[in-house]
Amino acid sequence: MTLLNCDDCLEQISNYLDGAIDADLKRTLEEHLGLCRHCKVVFDSTRKTIELYCDGKLFELPIGVRDRLHAALRRCWDEKVK
Amino acid sequence: MAESPQVALKDDSVLVTEAKAGSYAAFDELVNRYEKKIYRLGMNLTGNPEDAEDVLQEAFLKVFVHLPDFREDSRFYTWLVRIAVNEGLMKLRKRRSDKSVPIEDSVDEEGEVMPREFADWKPNPEEQYAQAEIEEILRNAAQSLSPGFRTVFLLRDVDGLSTQETADVLGISEGAVKARLFRARLQVREELSKVFKRG
Repeated sequence: MTLLNCDDCLEQISNYLDGAIDADLKRTLEEHLGLCRHCKVVFDSTRKTIELYCDGKLFELPIGVRDRLHAALRRCWDEKVK
Repeated sequence: MAESPQVALKDDSVLVTEAKAGSYAAFDELVNRYEKKIYRLGMNLTGNPEDAEDVLQEAFLKVFVHLPDFREDSRFYTWLVRIAVNEGLMKLRKRRSDKSVPIEDSVDEEGEVMPREFADWKPNPEEQYAQAEIEEILRNAAQSLSPGFRTVFLLRDVDGLSTQETADVLGISEGAVKARLFRARLQVREELSKVFKRG
């Protein structure tokens, strides 16, 4: 069995979360995470970080901004077809 | 109970073809489909509502002007995002116009990443803050990244582009995307850990 050190583990956490590592490395990394509390904390909180950002709720488009965008585009379109 | 009728959404490529042929309705549908995402990208990239509105308007105006030349080598959305990212980075460059170093020169994919925060997080931190508070916390953490790293992080983890698409948008290799994403995620995690850690 090949053992990972913490630097190797951290290096692969991002790829692991993207499902972009092979089965052998995945198994070795999971073994390390089962034994190393520091790496496990970094792994769990990195996964949570990604979850927080990808929930898609941030920054609703304000109505006024949307209205100005559509007005500008409509104006350009109408000028083009004149 | 009667089900509401399902309206099939047209593919972007169909709408692009119709818009090129002169259909404003098709063009408008493309705008409606992606305006929220582009505004969010502008906000996350610039951290400023006025700049985000400029990014949104300039991006769609450029799409309108250049649509006849769009050869559809990539997805419409990827093309749109590339334009919006360029607009956003131009905004940042103008803001830093007193500095001569281009933004991309500050990107170092090889530097060391050393986590310093090892405390467990509180469970479900998003439920312990008001929506406005959590938005501010996440925005500040993303703004702590340099523009080169921030852009990769936003495209991959907020907009959900693939590694390949992100590489195409930014004109960098997939390896560079992965390297920047790795560092960006760990840095954002460090920032959030300061707020979300237990105790």
